[in-house]
Amino acid sequence: MASKANKPQLIVDGKRLDGRALNELRPIKIQASVLKNADGSAYLEWGDNRVLAAVYGPKEAMPKHVQDPVKAIIKCKYQMAPFSSMGEHGRSGPNRRATEISKVTREAFESVVMLNDFPGSEIDIFIEILQSDGGTRAAGITAAAVALANAGIHMKDLIYAVSFGKTDGELILDLNMIEDNYSECDMPMAIAPRNGELLLLQMDGNLTKEEMKRGMAMAIEAGKKITAIQKAALQETYKKTEADIKGSENGV
Amino acid sequence: MEGLDIVKSHYVKELIAKGTREDGRGMFDFRNITIIPNVISHAEGSAQVDLGATRVLAGVKLQVEEPMEDTPDQGNLMVSSELLQLAHPEFESGPPSPESVELARVVDRGIRAAECIDLTKLFIEEGKAWSVFIDLYVLNYDGNLFDASTIAAMAALSSAKVPKYEDGKAVYEERTKPLELKNYVVSTTFAKADGVLMLDPNIHEEAASGARLTITNDGKVIRAMQKGLGGSFSPKEIESLVDVSLSKYSEIRKRIAPD
Repeated sequence: MASKANKPQLIVDGKRLDGRALNELRPIKIQASVLKNADGSAYLEWGDNRVLAAVYGPKEAMPKHVQDPVKAIIKCKYQMAPFSSMGEHGRSGPNRRATEISKVTREAFESVVMLNDFPGSEIDIFIEILQSDGGTRAAGITAAAVALANAGIHMKDLIYAVSFGKTDGELILDLNMIEDNYSECDMPMAIAPRNGELLLLQMDGNLTKEEMKRGMAMAIEAGKKITAIQKAALQETYKKTEADIKGSENGV
Repeated sequence: MEGLDIVKSHYVKELIAKGTREDGRGMFDFRNITIIPNVISHAEGSAQVDLGATRVLAGVKLQVEEPMEDTPDQGNLMVSSELLQLAHPEFESGPPSPESVELARVVDRGIRAAECIDLTKLFIEEGKAWSVFIDLYVLNYDGNLFDASTIAAMAALSSAKVPKYEDGKAVYEERTKPLELKNYVVSTTFAKADGVLMLDPNIHEEAASGARLTITNDGKVIRAMQKGLGGSFSPKEIESLVDVSLSKYSEIRKRIAPD
């Protein structure tokens, strides 16, 4: 959190600096199946965030001692490119923040991926933040869910993530970088839309129980939009496949 | 996880189904808590905390450093944790594990978000400010490192004394002024096993659990939360655990330091 002394007014006449309403998402665009080598992949633009997610597997878990004879294990690596932020060159390689985000992201997927279908295997999830503007862990999870589905990994649900925060006394959905810097709290969540269960939940700042309730309701409502965009991205890949098949039938 | 622990975790599940726990506690009771402050006299502050058989030693060191570039009028807070090999047969040497990093960062977020330390008061003069280092040494692991560590960190901070500052340096031999604390936080960690929620899981209860939720509060509002492990929580469950968390504040706060 940045110092509060020079905090700009972030909400003017009920609108945010980028013109959004309090409960409005930034524009989200997803394209599935963007990397040839990966078993599944997705490219996501979420406001000014640019995220690439790729999935490899299921494949034999290595090294052998990490294998679980009854289920697959998930490995997850989230990282930010050194050129992804405004300002100075970021340090490459894992830092404590990235290590933690990788862990909680992996745990979010462990409850939806049907791990028992792939005993002895590993499923690798790679999340590369190419450009960051606040909410990158949510963007990464939303992209990775599409990449997993694109890889044909069995899942109980297509999950998404989004965060809410509090600024100028108002709850706001989907914080961008400047809002995040000055927010009184930040609560990222990953949600399974079919049953509304929370798979990832982090929070810091200050929050009453009432505010938390309202924030969670906002995140669940926003999920309808995000889920639709994820599904449309996946459907688009089948259209392409369909066109390819038709093309080959016509001898093209 | 050792074989015996797996057997015990099955036993724990059977108990939970009957509404009881291994040590006869209620579902929302902490284990016995023992806090010994000032165990390391060389450190500016310290505390050893036993939460059942889980033991964490927190050490606080203060050091004169240059303030960070983006906060030139503030000191610095840094929380680290070590899952020492002597604490459990499965703790390994090497770089910090994701579990260790998560532990330190969750403890850090609670203390930082509640502004327990006023970082602007750590500013000394142009280009000089105190950095506060909290190191969490896990000495014995029997479940719920999060709450034991936050209690240890808060107890160590409230026992800490600031060294004298002279000619750009800290004089460690002269420490009289207590480190001022603006706020206190209490952390409550819940586990969910077979749909049953419980506070302060021991190692077997953790092994039996599919999901974990840590809620840190300052007696008034929520200051930090972290869900862990593979499972999930419903919004209703989270709301009810926030109530339990807030209700635990005064009991633990009293133990950390007298008002």
